[in-house]
Amino acid sequence: MKMTGAKIVIESMIKENVEVVFGYPGGAIMNVYDEIYKQNLFQHILTRHEQAAVHAADGYARATGKVGVAFLTSGPGFTNGVTGLATAYTDSIPLVVISGQVPTSLIGTDAFQEIDAVGISRPCTKHNFLVKDVKDLAYIIKEAFYIAQSGRPGPVHIDIPKDVTAQMTEFVYPKEIDLKTYKPTTKGNKRQIKKVVEAIKEAKKPLVYIGGGAVLSNSAELVREFVNTTQIPAVETLMAKGVLRYDNPLNLGMVGMHGTYAANMAMSEADLIISLGARFDDRVTGKLEEFAKNAKVVHIDIDPTSISKIVQVDYPIVGDLKNVLETMMSLVKSEINPEDYEYFRSIVKRYNELHPLSYHDSDKVLKPEWVIQKTGEILGDKAIISTDVGQHQMWTAQYYPFSFPRQFVTSGGLGTMGFGFPAAMGVKRGVPDKVSINFSGDGSILMNIQEFVTAYEYKLPVINIVLNNNYLGMVRQWQTMFYDDRLAETDLSVQPDFVKLVEACGGKGYRVKTKTEFEEALKDAITQKVPVFIDVIIDRREIVLPMVPAGESLANTIVEYKDPKQLENKDEK
Amino acid sequence: MRKVISVIVENEHGVLARIVNLFAGRGYNIESLTVAPIPESNYSRMTIATEGDPEIFEQIAKQLNKLIPVYKVMESDNFIEKEMAMVKFPIDNSLSDIDALARCYNGNISNVSEDYIVVTVIDRAVRIDNFIKGIKKFSPIEIVRSGVSVIDR
Repeated sequence: MKMTGAKIVIESMIKENVEVVFGYPGGAIMNVYDEIYKQNLFQHILTRHEQAAVHAADGYARATGKVGVAFLTSGPGFTNGVTGLATAYTDSIPLVVISGQVPTSLIGTDAFQEIDAVGISRPCTKHNFLVKDVKDLAYIIKEAFYIAQSGRPGPVHIDIPKDVTAQMTEFVYPKEIDLKTYKPTTKGNKRQIKKVVEAIKEAKKPLVYIGGGAVLSNSAELVREFVNTTQIPAVETLMAKGVLRYDNPLNLGMVGMHGTYAANMAMSEADLIISLGARFDDRVTGKLEEFAKNAKVVHIDIDPTSISKIVQVDYPIVGDLKNVLETMMSLVKSEINPEDYEYFRSIVKRYNELHPLSYHDSDKVLKPEWVIQKTGEILGDKAIISTDVGQHQMWTAQYYPFSFPRQFVTSGGLGTMGFGFPAAMGVKRGVPDKVSINFSGDGSILMNIQEFVTAYEYKLPVINIVLNNNYLGMVRQWQTMFYDDRLAETDLSVQPDFVKLVEACGGKGYRVKTKTEFEEALKDAITQKVPVFIDVIIDRREIVLPMVPAGESLANTIVEYKDPKQLENKDEK
Repeated sequence: MRKVISVIVENEHGVLARIVNLFAGRGYNIESLTVAPIPESNYSRMTIATEGDPEIFEQIAKQLNKLIPVYKVMESDNFIEKEMAMVKFPIDNSLSDIDALARCYNGNISNVSEDYIVVTVIDRAVRIDNFIKGIKKFSPIEIVRSGVSVIDR
């Protein structure tokens, strides 16, 4: 059947089983929006800023494992979405983002709302396309969905000039595609897998290091089986929260800059590191020369460029973690004796007892860690937790009891403030039966506060728990610790009345200063049908600990820091 | 260390930009770059001469392979390598001397006008370096190098 390019876009979405598109219309993409108006097979959610549209699609993708979709217009519409693309790119999140472009005849003339969109998105997408002929459109969309979710996932951007959406052609949506130049390796090399099992067998202090790849490849069950069968202790990255349950005794917690003492020390002491879909980010390794210097390294990753990029790897396996672990498990069961690692388990246990994750609670002022723990007690696995970026993000990673993969939605690689709220809207849209919480700070939340209107309109009752210390807290923490407390431009004492602000947008606001007030507010918030803002006034000077200062070795983890300006807490726990 | 990488890519919109952006964005050097379509195919060949450590070359090759339109990345220490250089001299030089020199580098005089002569030579990049040193005394006015092309033996 012949149809316009715009209609092809819509029909292709239906073929890809897209149930929701986040977006924002404008001149160059009007033909497509006209077709959205005429159909009712998928929902369109109009965010109030393009950045939020891409983050919402991203949150939806992270929580559901499906491809998130966003539509933007040309020029500023597209450039507003770029932060969203970059965020998804660094965390390998599958998105298809379609932008309008000025008509083909005007490209290159500095036309109104023209920008070289594919030029801008090239370094922050897995791949991108400029559609020059309507005949290629259906194939390109199919290719985009395929590329976004295969191999190491990532966002794909399609830029469509306005005349292409108006032209007519026969619509044929390809069932299968074969890209000669793109064939991700999924099966790991069997001989190499055997070697790895041998290495594990010989190791005295092996350590499993779990990354976001374990979430993306849906291999959490297998990772759990691997860890529980071998009884090898494990550390996790920010992106791997929930792969192992928080209460698994082998789970030493997060590793790296704000990792637990036990995880960081285990990393420094291990003689074999088994990396499952992690990428040795600088926030994990600390000082590279000191990182895991006693260890041989096994690295299983679907992306060959991740292997030996930062740390020289002794046993590389390129492949899909799920496939590799499936093959490995049959060998592991017969070859590995969990008792061999008893000694190492006792060492890491001691580390954990020496400096467990802890904070000084208070009855005078709310502590952010307590707020997160309390939320965890009340909601536990009934909620999916998003965050913005900063201190609250680290406290959430440390103190929320994560128990399943895809329970934690956070901008790990790029560290995008303003990500949390729109992402939490996408989470709520994708997984409506869970409570969608966004832990945020008073800095981050203002970066996409306009989305209260969207969340209200589309009945997405996200609960924003904003840990308000009137500071850009993480930068403030660095200024205090490393810049003699010169607080350059981090004091946010001038703030809106958040309760009034969100209530003006149809939301519900609470302002709490005590434990009882917080509990009451949260319990009430869960019953609300509108988006919620809990303004939690916390200890201004609380810092995130443990901490490995930038460029230091993991073995130099700071577990205690006396801030002379912090309120003395006499009732320490 | 210098290395030449031969890359076969789909001959499509923006592919050169993808390759060049990769080098620029990740801080890799490009000493020279030549691109031309491969006859009777939808592919182009890019030949990139680059500098770096072996670990960098490994990353470059992997990163190139990761780009969707890249079909094949070839590295070898056994390539036959050629580069072309064209040099313009004032006419008041000794034509026979220049011609003799050019012949040593698989070259000849390509053009003679009222004021200038143009010499073209084809050789390995290091030999071209030597040629350029050797012609200094003839006061060359302009030197154009093509960048290297390679083929497997």
